[in-house]
Amino acid sequence: MRASIFKEDLSMIFSESAEEVLEALWTEMENKPTDCVKLSKLRAMPDTKTLKELLDNGILEHCAPDEIKITKNGLAYARDAVRRHRLAERLLTDVLAVKSSLIHDTACKFEHHLHRGIDENVCTLLGHPRSCPHGRPIPMGKCCEDMAKTYAPAVSTLAGIRPGEGGRVAYLHTRDPKRAQMLISMGVVPGTEIRLLAGFPSYLFQLGEGQFAVDSTLASEIYVRVSK
Amino acid sequence: MAIVKGAKMTAETKKIVLVGQPNVGKSVVFGCLTGRYATVSNYPGTTVEVSRGNAKTGDHTCEIVDTPGLYSIFPITEEERVSLRVIENEYPDLIVHVIDAKNLERMLPLTFQLKLTGIPVVVAINMFDEALAMGMTIDTSLLSDRLECPVIATVAITNQGINQLIHTISEYTKHKAQTANHEWPPFSEHLMKEWYKRSLDICGLVIKKREKPRGLSRIDKIIISPFTGSVILALILYLGLYKFVGVFGAGVVVNFLEGIFLDHINPWLLNMAESYVPWPAVQQLLVGEYGILTLGIRYATAIILPIVGLFFFVFAIIEDSGYLPRLSFLLDRVFKKIGLSGKAVIPMVLGLGCDTMATMVTRTLPTRRERLIAILLLSLCIPCSAQIGVILGLLGGTPYVLVTWFVIIVLIFGFVGALLSWLVPGAKPSFIVEIPPMRVPQIANVLAKTFARMKWYFKEIVPLFVLASFLIWLGQLTGIFDKLVKAVSYPLLMMGLPASASPAFIFGFFRRDYGAAGLYDLHKQGVFTNNQLLIAVVVLTLFLPCITQFLITIKERGLKAGFGISLFVLLFAFLTGILLNFTLINAGINF
Repeated sequence: MRASIFKEDLSMIFSESAEEVLEALWTEMENKPTDCVKLSKLRAMPDTKTLKELLDNGILEHCAPDEIKITKNGLAYARDAVRRHRLAERLLTDVLAVKSSLIHDTACKFEHHLHRGIDENVCTLLGHPRSCPHGRPIPMGKCCEDMAKTYAPAVSTLAGIRPGEGGRVAYLHTRDPKRAQMLISMGVVPGTEIRLLAGFPSYLFQLGEGQFAVDSTLASEIYVRVSK
Repeated sequence: MAIVKGAKMTAETKKIVLVGQPNVGKSVVFGCLTGRYATVSNYPGTTVEVSRGNAKTGDHTCEIVDTPGLYSIFPITEEERVSLRVIENEYPDLIVHVIDAKNLERMLPLTFQLKLTGIPVVVAINMFDEALAMGMTIDTSLLSDRLECPVIATVAITNQGINQLIHTISEYTKHKAQTANHEWPPFSEHLMKEWYKRSLDICGLVIKKREKPRGLSRIDKIIISPFTGSVILALILYLGLYKFVGVFGAGVVVNFLEGIFLDHINPWLLNMAESYVPWPAVQQLLVGEYGILTLGIRYATAIILPIVGLFFFVFAIIEDSGYLPRLSFLLDRVFKKIGLSGKAVIPMVLGLGCDTMATMVTRTLPTRRERLIAILLLSLCIPCSAQIGVILGLLGGTPYVLVTWFVIIVLIFGFVGALLSWLVPGAKPSFIVEIPPMRVPQIANVLAKTFARMKWYFKEIVPLFVLASFLIWLGQLTGIFDKLVKAVSYPLLMMGLPASASPAFIFGFFRRDYGAAGLYDLHKQGVFTNNQLLIAVVVLTLFLPCITQFLITIKERGLKAGFGISLFVLLFAFLTGILLNFTLINAGINF
């Protein structure tokens, strides 16, 4: 099913506000898996011009006068818009170190210029992140599937770098919140300097003056902005 | 609520709690303040229980409470909860936050958290010498200014700064304590980040100069590389355990002491009893075949104590060097196969010293699943130092049997572990452990720790050995003992063991090491063939955990788990014996 999404020809280009509406719909569907969404429920109420743009192009359709749903064709566009938005957020946070209060608005502008092809470059650069800074999943792109490891990403997991390499902790991505708490309590906090000392049989890293040993699961949940 | 009243009523004695991240030296500071010895080692998680002692500060006495290490006030492991309970429920008058000077940035966030409790905080920056040695200076008065609480530099192992700390404590406890606040915000990444940022800001001001972080030393590299690391481990096992504890301890020292008992003390006791104790029954109780003095005390002092003492000595050196956390780095992958993580290496290795101690240390494991698996494996197949020593003594003359015993126990450990990992529900464990720097063990601490543990062990076993002698004597008088010997001889027969071994197994019900000591005696009389020796030793290694370990298991895991584990272990031991006998006979193996 996933493969079909990538084969889709996403040739249409929409306005910034139209993309906003698609993202809002997608987010709403993530919160509650439904098809039809009340217009009033949306984060940003679409204006008539934007709504018409999307309806005319067969991206959205009405289920009731005040409810809309994304068409099968539109789903790929929504997914793509969300992906670009969240990648933009990651880029702004991890690489450009933009203040968190400014992230969302800047990302909205940024994503619009982050068109197909470029988004894959950014994704690869960031090491194919799986979630945005707010913890929402980033839909996978073709590049993530291919995991093209042709050049070293600027952000990599601790498990992905070689002993001797290091940088600053970019973010933690743990499936279990307890594990994140454990790491943070011990001092593995974004921004802290970290260096891998040994990668076998477990991972040993330096954090300030302290040294910690972790297993491969935890090591691949610590993302490092690598500096040589 | 009763606790609250109690605390208020004894308001004259102030309560001071030592709190801090693991392995910063809280127990050393505790020792300095109270003059009492609390076990000190070089790995996080040495202290898993609260120790209490009194200290004189100024005109009044203070109760000093040493707590297990704590990374944050949002506890994850059981031992962190133990510490937090002291802060929450005991209404201390003052918290002394002990900090590792080298890692100030990582430690200050906990200071901020401790201040949330509303209890006054004093910061003791310990291991100040190690920071200085790295070319790092900390402006303590500026730090005190920023933290808005007293900051004292200490080097607890050499007693530096302790007087100042006592002075500050007495100044602070003169005033009435503020009301403690028990409501603090829940864990959030956001708050944590803020605390770390604040910590970094402050450290940027107060830390003057620092060199590059320590990295890996040459010895680190040797220990943690899988190949050279295995060689080191094998060397430690061979020289420390086999040569020193086994050959020297269980061989030379035990033979010497046993000789003194059998040739001099026992005949003398027998003589004394015969001349001064007119009743034969009482003679029997004191100096008979299973007498309190001739058997109980002899086993305890001539066999068990020297072995345990030498073992604890070797062990203390290993503990203080910082080797154990590195071993967990090496073994994490292997331990994952049995449902545990590298963190469980420390309780398992401690179990080779004393399983009771080790059962308590399972508190450092983060999940219930890991604690259950670890406790069961400790009960089943980790022989304690006394057992290992006696077994090494027993099998020292027949290396093939010794190696076979070792292989069988390791296989059972792996097999039962894998089985439990498959059976016990719950998430897979994750592994994170702090690796302290390697340090040269201090001989004073090594000796103090060895003697403290020997004393504890001796106190632990003597009453039990005496009780065993007494019960056996009672059994002999009533004839129950003979029936019991006969009853136990049936399963022994199924394992191919002679009926004369059954008293040793009955000893084993009291303590496994007592049973092993019984085997040692029998073997000297030449009762066993090598095959029988192997079976007897394997069964007794797996045999019931000792009573103290059983009680601790109940305390840590509940009644059901305590009895369940014991029953399983007993059945497993006997079945293994029967199976082993069957296999040896059918494969025609004769050692």
